[in-house]
Amino acid sequence: MSIEVVNITKSYKNFTALHNVSLQIPEGELVALLGPSGSGKTTLLRLIAGLEQPEEGAILFHGEDNTNRDVRERQGGVVFQHYALFRHMTIFDNIAFGLAVRNRKTRPTKQEIKERVHSLLRLVQLDGLAHRYPSQLSGGQRQRVALARALAVEPKFLLLDEPFGALDTKVRQELRRWLRHLHEKLGLTILFVTHDQEEAMELADQVVVMNEGRVEQVGSPEEIYNHPANPFVYSFLGRVNLFRGRVRDGKVRLGEAEFDTEWENLRGGEWPAVGYMRPHDVEIALAAQDSKFVQAQIQHISLLGPIIRLDLKRLDTGELFEAELTRQRFCELDLQEKSTVFVKLNNLAFYVEDAEEKVPLPTFIPIQASF
Amino acid sequence: MKRKTSRISGFLPGFGLTMGYTIIYLSLLVLIPLSVLFLKASTMSWEAFIGTILDERVLSSIRVSVVTSFFAACMNAVFGVLVAWVLARYQFVGKRFIDGIVDLPFALPTAVGGIALTSIYAENGWIGQFAAEWGIKIAYTPLGIWVALTFIGLPFVVRTVQPVLQDWDLQMEEAAATLGATRWNTFFRVILPHLMPAVLTGFALAFARALGEYGSVVFISGNMPHKTEIVPLLIMTKLEQFDYTGATAIATVMLVASFVMLLIINYLQWRINKFDAAR
Repeated sequence: MSIEVVNITKSYKNFTALHNVSLQIPEGELVALLGPSGSGKTTLLRLIAGLEQPEEGAILFHGEDNTNRDVRERQGGVVFQHYALFRHMTIFDNIAFGLAVRNRKTRPTKQEIKERVHSLLRLVQLDGLAHRYPSQLSGGQRQRVALARALAVEPKFLLLDEPFGALDTKVRQELRRWLRHLHEKLGLTILFVTHDQEEAMELADQVVVMNEGRVEQVGSPEEIYNHPANPFVYSFLGRVNLFRGRVRDGKVRLGEAEFDTEWENLRGGEWPAVGYMRPHDVEIALAAQDSKFVQAQIQHISLLGPIIRLDLKRLDTGELFEAELTRQRFCELDLQEKSTVFVKLNNLAFYVEDAEEKVPLPTFIPIQASF
Repeated sequence: MKRKTSRISGFLPGFGLTMGYTIIYLSLLVLIPLSVLFLKASTMSWEAFIGTILDERVLSSIRVSVVTSFFAACMNAVFGVLVAWVLARYQFVGKRFIDGIVDLPFALPTAVGGIALTSIYAENGWIGQFAAEWGIKIAYTPLGIWVALTFIGLPFVVRTVQPVLQDWDLQMEEAAATLGATRWNTFFRVILPHLMPAVLTGFALAFARALGEYGSVVFISGNMPHKTEIVPLLIMTKLEQFDYTGATAIATVMLVASFVMLLIINYLQWRINKFDAAR
């Protein structure tokens, strides 16, 4: 079922959780709501589920207004962050709950319920645990029970609140793969909340980046990673280096390095600009290959496994930044702490800060710059 | 999961010490006095014992005591949950005041409670007069005993259920709602089963307390043999007549009955609590 959120505003006693949020989720997509805590992503999920009511705006399912429909009638499956399993019921009864509480006319027979529960248990790979209690299962197993319980009522869409938040890394990765697989198998519209950008990138078809109650960007993982709409998205999606400089006549100066930009709209004068770049885009060499290289000193080396992270300090401006390189490249260069190297800053994205009112531009303008 | 020994090794030692105190404490206060009771009762011949117990006045007092105590505990189980629910789930003006009122039956000398209840529920009392219009007599009937026993047992269920409700995870209710459960189903299938162990504990305490209650009942019951005479009163009467062995015989029966009842309730609790015990 497709879900449409139109101009939703929701506030609590003393703060606004969502400001005029709109969102479209096409049928059958796996969508991530990504953002830091307090960004309103869980509130949005709860509004769609019907557990909260918005002040303004509408929620449409398949184009049909559902804003005032009761949570019981929305036919959405919800998996809660801490699973919210019924502790006094066995796994079987937990999964059967949604069917067992139906009124007599629509309730399946005992036999049908039994078959359905067992097929769901097989789906979540927990057959044989039907008569255990939730307290006897591990975190990952409980999570899968919660999923099976939500799926039992044949929901039109699935909402997951931080589904893997409380699990350890290994289990989390297994479950991610499993959820991806499940989504392919069932073709259900799935919306999940996460604060983990890696999780969002790995799982989702579409990622909705949220901050302070607003949607910052919507796009495929590739889009939002390669073309972040603004500095927030840029810095939220992974490690980032910041370089402060000034823009003048379409050129940005960052210490000794000068960058050409396609910034033609910006008329005369000087503005502060911030350059954002990923640590893996820092090119490292032992000698300057052209005039675009600047000198930097290695402050610290972290061996992270397949990649090596260097903490660097620019010698011209004193700015600190990070670089990441492969282990192979690291060995080739034979780098040591406190040694001096030449670095080239590739793929910088510049954003103008505090553009004054006389400049008819949004506050932040992304420009892919290169030498 | 299962602990191999009953001894929990932790940062604080002292199993031997605490267990020793526990046994001494229980012995001095509970076990020794009660075994003296048995000793005293055992001085009677078997026929005399049976004769005392099967006396019609004794039997009917036991019936009155058990029936009124049981219904009082039932009443408290239902309305105790209600009061605990209101106190745990809602914020309102005067909440602390109501929270304090709940404990009053504990703090008040029970005789005071008994006199107050009698004056209100008597035929010419504030509430009694309305009941009288309907032809219902409250004071000086088993109904009056029930009122007094409900009064003194009120705090038990409230105080056992309240903390469970305060720790309650609201997400479980939300989960039930998203699965399509009605409010009725959510309460009776999800919330109530969670409260049951606490309700049972409160019920058992209220029931046990009611069986032994003396002070508040003597005023409101009228103490008519065969009708509104409770066991504790009968024991007092026997003592006043210097029939010590007769009193201890009845006491022994009550003691055994109470103990059996508490065992049964503990067993029920253990059954219901399986999901917690399995942790």
